[in-house]
Amino acid sequence: MSVQNSIRDMFFEESEELLESLAEGLALMHSGSHNDETVNAVFRAVHSIKGGAGAFKLSALVAFAHRFENVLDEVRGHRLGIDAEILRTLQRSADHLADLVEAARNRDEGENPQTAEFLAALNVCLGSTPEPGAADVDETFGFAAITVDLDDLGPAEATEGQSYTITFCPHPGLYINGHDPALLMATLAELGAMTATPDLSKLPDLAAFDAGKPSLAWTIQLATEAEESAVRDVFEFVEGLCDLSIVQNTATQPADTEEKVESAVAVAIKVEAPIAEVPLQPEEAKGQPVLAKSDAEVDAGNAERSGPKPTLRVDLDRVDRLINAVGELIINQSMIAQRVQELHLATDADVVNHVEDYRLLARDIQEAVMAIRAQPVKPLFQRMSRIVREAADSTGKSARLVTYGEGSEVDKTVVERLADPLTHMIRNAVDHGLETPEGRIAAGKDPVGTIYLSAAHRSGAVIITIRDDGAGLNRRKILEIARKKNLVPADAELSDAEIDALLFLPGFSTASTISNLSGRGVGLDVVRNAVTALGGRVAIASTVGQGTEFTISLPLTLAVLDGMVVSVAGQVMVIPITAILETIRPGLDEMHMVGTSDRIISVRGKFIPMIDVARGLGFTRPPNHPEPRTLLLVETENQGQCALIVDRVFDQRQVVIKGLDTNYGAVPGVSAATVLGDGQIALILDPDAIANNRVLSAANPWAGAKLNEGKSLAVA
Amino acid sequence: MTIKVLAIDDSRTIRSLVQKVMGDAGFDCALADDGVQGVARFHEDPPDVVITDINMPNMDGYGVIAAIRGGAIHRNVPILVLTTESAPHLKAKAREAGATGWIVKPFDDAAIVSVVRRVTGARA
Amino acid sequence: MKGKALQSHETNAASDVEFVTFFTGGQSFSIDIRQVREIRRWSAVTPLPHAPAEVLGVMNLRGSVIPIFDLAVRFGLSPTPDNPRNVVVIAAHETQTVGLLVESVSEILSVSRDRIQETPDLRSDNSRQSIIGVIPVEDGMTRVIDLGAVIQSGRKTLQ
Repeated sequence: MSVQNSIRDMFFEESEELLESLAEGLALMHSGSHNDETVNAVFRAVHSIKGGAGAFKLSALVAFAHRFENVLDEVRGHRLGIDAEILRTLQRSADHLADLVEAARNRDEGENPQTAEFLAALNVCLGSTPEPGAADVDETFGFAAITVDLDDLGPAEATEGQSYTITFCPHPGLYINGHDPALLMATLAELGAMTATPDLSKLPDLAAFDAGKPSLAWTIQLATEAEESAVRDVFEFVEGLCDLSIVQNTATQPADTEEKVESAVAVAIKVEAPIAEVPLQPEEAKGQPVLAKSDAEVDAGNAERSGPKPTLRVDLDRVDRLINAVGELIINQSMIAQRVQELHLATDADVVNHVEDYRLLARDIQEAVMAIRAQPVKPLFQRMSRIVREAADSTGKSARLVTYGEGSEVDKTVVERLADPLTHMIRNAVDHGLETPEGRIAAGKDPVGTIYLSAAHRSGAVIITIRDDGAGLNRRKILEIARKKNLVPADAELSDAEIDALLFLPGFSTASTISNLSGRGVGLDVVRNAVTALGGRVAIASTVGQGTEFTISLPLTLAVLDGMVVSVAGQVMVIPITAILETIRPGLDEMHMVGTSDRIISVRGKFIPMIDVARGLGFTRPPNHPEPRTLLLVETENQGQCALIVDRVFDQRQVVIKGLDTNYGAVPGVSAATVLGDGQIALILDPDAIANNRVLSAANPWAGAKLNEGKSLAVA
Repeated sequence: MTIKVLAIDDSRTIRSLVQKVMGDAGFDCALADDGVQGVARFHEDPPDVVITDINMPNMDGYGVIAAIRGGAIHRNVPILVLTTESAPHLKAKAREAGATGWIVKPFDDAAIVSVVRRVTGARA
Repeated sequence: MKGKALQSHETNAASDVEFVTFFTGGQSFSIDIRQVREIRRWSAVTPLPHAPAEVLGVMNLRGSVIPIFDLAVRFGLSPTPDNPRNVVVIAAHETQTVGLLVESVSEILSVSRDRIQETPDLRSDNSRQSIIGVIPVEDGMTRVIDLGAVIQSGRKTLQ
């Protein structure tokens, strides 16, 4: 990847952060708890996006950011008050800016049809309507100015030569600003043949020499092919810092003779001296206070902003390599532990203790490494406030988003893959959960509905809840729809929880007309698939009149898993502990045949289907293999409780997850793989998929299974 | 002698771009994230030229110029201001603050190198 | 494991392409050397459920899970018999790394591009799709494998 490209990537990465702090700042402004620095930070965020975008010639982005920045500059300068309307425009502009950044990232060069509308809204804030496009044109092409200047410094266009008489008398400010007449003259000399004659008339004698009042002046003759503007450009930076006159010589005033060139060389040498010495110390004491003050400002600023912790940016590949290596370490550790165990040493043997230390150390390293990939859910949550705004706008509802636990950290991939399902659920909450403002008033509620979004860690998992204070689920309607769509038998008696669970069935949609938001053929089943693919679960709870709550529980990391190591048809496999309720070794009288091949088992008076894992996976046992009698009671998403038949249960251990899709693809009934202590690969089973498979046609076991690339098999 | 540049900008993207362009031109380029860091770096290792952004947290570009121009040492080091604005009054403001020159963002690689050469006297 | 068999005997002309050739099911196959990562001794694989016949299972290659294909089965020949001398050619296509079980690796062949001939009409579409072309050699010809197609079909059968 070229440096340019990697800087481009950096720009988008940085923009992401800037958009985050923009959203954060606007949220503070919205809540009224902002100060000048908040507004400054918001301004800077947009300004920096504009600056970076300009570097990559993303003109649409630059133009929009420019106008946005103008408005923010007005707000910053207290020339524009913050009211609800302005805030609304700012927030929507921030959303639009995010869209433009995304489009630029995807190299989508089409014009965003909404840009004009947002620009117009920003113009309204500015209280003026600039000539259409005028400002943008200026911004897009304005930067070329200096480029042009400098190009002119090179071999000039082949116009006929001219000569100029330049008189140049620097003011003290010229030296203060870090200029050096010798360098200016050197630049001038690049334009053509130049001679400079110092005017020493004003030079005081050495005794009276005051460095603060330089009194050197020069008369310069320049013969050049460059335009006068190019000559003037040399002095662009010192405008106002010197007396300058540039006069084009008429043909009768020939350029200087060789004789004078010599003196010019002499001058050039002479000039060095005063400049090097110019100490220009107008007020000695002034320097310190400036610095002291700024230091104080910093302290105040830091205290206020609770300055960011020092961080290190690392290529994700490196982290993943480290994680992989630690995974190997864990495997190696369990391998050694296994070997040592096989030696049947006394429990107080040195080596046993060392192996135990090694185990603890390896776990520590693993946790520390996993923490590198952990990220707060905050940016994800922040994006949701936009979703709420948009959903409320398009449904004519009023809604606010309240978030808790934004600091909770989850694996980066989990955060990323949670974006879509979360967006969908938030939209749903506004669209289906909340009542209309009139409806809410009628129900004696605040006309503005609230969506609560929270994240919390609970025993090795992160729990994300999405709650609305709407009307709650209309169970009668849900059941009616489910019956109409043949999702449940007409005569089935369902509990409230079972009715709620119908929402997750594929093809279920409660909206009687497909709304702009929740429509598009995406249902909660997709949400659940996405969550399941992350090794998580979704649950739903609802109280009529009070609202609905979705709870998503996710593993903190995708890299390791607590698993039960079992054997199935001679193969060692792993079943996630989270799915297992208990291990059962039933007596023969507890197992019953249903039909010719289906078996059920009664567990505490409840009949539960038994699923032979080996058969489900299409593996056959050796002919004389004893009938397996070990059952694992698992809770599945769609089939309720099931009893998985395995040959043997070995032990429970933490395993490092290795994806199968990197080099192969999705495998039905298998979510991933791991490497065992002996270096062999063991498959990690997906109990849900295996249970689902049972209900499908035996002749074509996976006919109905939908294989989502990169995901485990989820819902049939 | 290699020209030492100190680039101060709160944007990672711009910092990296400046550093790349300076590096390509054969200059050493130190970086700072904001005005305060910039002034600190300036005193730790005085550069031959400073390139600074204007809008920055903690201390803005004008603050950087004031701190350098008001400092006890190396107060006349050329300071170039990076600005997205080409408006004349902003240039005048930078000049009044003590900037040696300015570079309008988005900058052209050759342009920025040329300006740096121009104010430091470094020749290609 | 890079034994003598893998030493190139021919000099490398600029336009030459190098192939690793190997035998399986009594036929000679070859693969672009740039795709080959290493040659390994055969070790036990973990079978995958519902996998097509040519996919023997997965193997642990320094922490990565890689599928192993029986090339003979892939090309409609009888399965490669168990033999401790069998080897696995570890090869990469785009981002995927896979293993190809073969009976033996013979040599590195350096040929100019124009010596690769189009595949003659083969009866089996399956075979044809996974062969880029053939190269005439002293004692017959060697079939140049399209690794991408081999991997693709292994996944397609699955679905």
